[in-house]
Amino acid sequence: MKTNAVNMTEKEYLLPGNRTCPGCALSLAYRHILKALEGQAIVTVPASCLTVLHGMYPVTSVTVPCVNTPFASTAASATGLVAGLKALGKKGVTVLAIAGDGGTHDIGIQALSAAAERQTDFLYICYDNEGYMNTGNQRSGSTPLGAISGTTPILGKQQNQKDITAIIEAHGIPYVATANASYPLDLYEKVRKAKAIRGTRFIHVFIPCSPGWDFPFSDTIKIGRLAVETGWVILYEVEDGVFRLTAASESLAKRGNLKPLREYLREQGRFKNITEEQINELQDWVNTRWKRCLDRADNS
Amino acid sequence: MGTRDCQHISSESSPAIGEAGTTGEWRDSFPVIDPEKCLPVRQKKPSCFLCWLYCPEAVISRTIPIQINMEYCKGCGICTQVCPAHAITMVLEEEFYPNETD
Amino acid sequence: MILKNKKMAKKTSTWILDGNHAAAQGVKLSRVQVVAAYPITPQSPVTETLSEFVERGELDAEYIAVESEHSALAVCTSASIVGARTFTATSAHGLAYMHEMLHWAAGARLPVVLACVNRAMGAPWNVLNDQQDSISQRDTGWIQIYARNNQEIIDSIIQAYKIAESVYVPVMVCYDGYVLSHTEMPVDVPAQKDVARFLPPYKPHTILDPANPKNYNLVTLANPRVNAEGVLCHGYMELRYLLQEALQNSRETIIRVGREFGELFGRSYANMFWENRLNDADVVIVAMGSLALEAIVAADMLRGAGHKVGVLGLRVFRPFPKVDVIKALEKSRLVVVFDKNISYGLEGATCSEIKSALYGSSVRAVIRNFIVGLGGRDVKARELVDAVNSSLLSMKEGDLSKEYPEWICDI
Repeated sequence: MKTNAVNMTEKEYLLPGNRTCPGCALSLAYRHILKALEGQAIVTVPASCLTVLHGMYPVTSVTVPCVNTPFASTAASATGLVAGLKALGKKGVTVLAIAGDGGTHDIGIQALSAAAERQTDFLYICYDNEGYMNTGNQRSGSTPLGAISGTTPILGKQQNQKDITAIIEAHGIPYVATANASYPLDLYEKVRKAKAIRGTRFIHVFIPCSPGWDFPFSDTIKIGRLAVETGWVILYEVEDGVFRLTAASESLAKRGNLKPLREYLREQGRFKNITEEQINELQDWVNTRWKRCLDRADNS
Repeated sequence: MGTRDCQHISSESSPAIGEAGTTGEWRDSFPVIDPEKCLPVRQKKPSCFLCWLYCPEAVISRTIPIQINMEYCKGCGICTQVCPAHAITMVLEEEFYPNETD
Repeated sequence: MILKNKKMAKKTSTWILDGNHAAAQGVKLSRVQVVAAYPITPQSPVTETLSEFVERGELDAEYIAVESEHSALAVCTSASIVGARTFTATSAHGLAYMHEMLHWAAGARLPVVLACVNRAMGAPWNVLNDQQDSISQRDTGWIQIYARNNQEIIDSIIQAYKIAESVYVPVMVCYDGYVLSHTEMPVDVPAQKDVARFLPPYKPHTILDPANPKNYNLVTLANPRVNAEGVLCHGYMELRYLLQEALQNSRETIIRVGREFGELFGRSYANMFWENRLNDADVVIVAMGSLALEAIVAADMLRGAGHKVGVLGLRVFRPFPKVDVIKALEKSRLVVVFDKNISYGLEGATCSEIKSALYGSSVRAVIRNFIVGLGGRDVKARELVDAVNSSLLSMKEGDLSKEYPEWICDI
């Protein structure tokens, strides 16, 4: 039976009173990731918003064991946890590496690529708020074209983001998926599925960021949903090479067209200077990707 | 008074509620649920509970009626947006506590 | 690559090993559980040999062929937090690449053991020996031990685990690239069962258990902070103080472990440095690593010419043995320090540290510093002798200052 808000397990692993901003999509996503793992995880976290969510010594707001690690080393730290647990014969625990887009697309990509190539048995989750939000919103490899950020303050970013999920999929690992904090049940199911798979598993979670993207924090869920409805985010999973659209992306593929991307862009202050040309470029990019996903879904 | 009573030799943190303090103090408005619209209350059985599902802070409980931990609710307003029955509204703190000057 | 170079000598377990193979044997005997290393000249044979031990089933360990040295130490620190005994090895640029993680492992109080095969730092590229790499890391909070020969390499690695796991400070065992790493010499290899007697299992101070969740190395504030039980917990500075305190106090453990090693294996390491004819010396040569043995040859030559020369072969560089150094140099009137490194803009690191140790003591010796052997430049005993002689000639009573060190090279 599919999990819903009524039958989902009660136990929480995030304690109230943490340091995240009001309406933080990461807090929401992390809450459900840990519930999906039933708290049977050892987490490793690099410098990121998640570090701040975890708290400050000597108190943490998370009831799951956690190893903090320097920025570039998340996947290497996870490799060490897996190796140590194996050497000591300890089983039954998921090693969860969870890093932001900074720690995944940019400074952490080397270690992640290598861990995937070594077929390390762990779950890597990238929570993507499209910028280095913990240090005040500087641009990352995931920041979209045209977005204002701390380091693209006037002209906006001149290049579009990289598709990290496609990059990691190219490593041939048994499970990759995209998810979105605005669709917590889909995220929950994907984490539960990933938990049961052996080998390297990668989930990319879309995290709208109210202060970074400049929208009211009560709109967090709405922004995340708009992202899917306009095709900016496509919810899918690839399990042993088999592609499948999920949740709202699946329904969208069956019944309708994408909403124009500008409906998503105009809700966010970070796109206030985006040019028509850039919007068109992004729209083309979204359309191409969507068509490719539809073709993959048809051929699966 | 030094920190020698602390047995840690490295930074080792233990879980506790309210790591950032009483985060309820952050908000300028708080959610109020209308029991006449709230689905579980009307149906007198566990149903919906989307506010519980979407709360980033896990301060909403799946009770009938719904309870919200006001000590820690940050007043983000996500619950008002996801409620399918539009049963939740945000009320400004100063409207509710008009005599408080803080 | 097969171990072609071990030859059993009669009833003893003396093998002919180069430094890298001696190190690998030390790791194997210590029953390390997680090895993560990245190849770099002249360390590569260590990691190759360990992978061979693992694939042959001779070492029951997880061997991770990491993609960088930074990741190598990240793997080791996390495996160590879980509770496994870990090892990595590197040189020069590899050590520099993991610099951030060196700080991290020490601050996290993890008993990782690292072998540094001393090699020169670029630019420009140079794969040969000097000690700039490990010297550059002396501020990170690791215990640093230098080996003079291949016997000391294998012995130091075994002792390193016992030291590290007693004081919860990571230990770096350093040995000269090529001079030791690729040079074969007789090495007594202890029996596994004896090492097992010497080295108890690792007891971690960390716990990673979902039933008792803890969060390690979270952001720590400047000031102490009360925990949920009302206990005032350390601020960052207090935690770092504890690391310094651990290093200061580790001298006792290092000497005790060295003594225990001697009692079991017949070779005592109950010292912070090797003393050669110090008791009647008024001229002392200070050197570290293989250079300390070359210095003994130089001392022989100088003794032959009538000088009372002794050698202080520094073994433990961190913690720096201040009190022991003062005592050893009490009667000296000239101390000649040979450094295979330099802290640019000042002088050789060993020289600075010797001077710092002597500050406030009654030792009034003249101190001279010579930079030698950088980038694999061969150091001959004759050159050490000439340096001591020229120092004697130039010496004035209480003259501690030559502004910058002299270099033994062609410029």
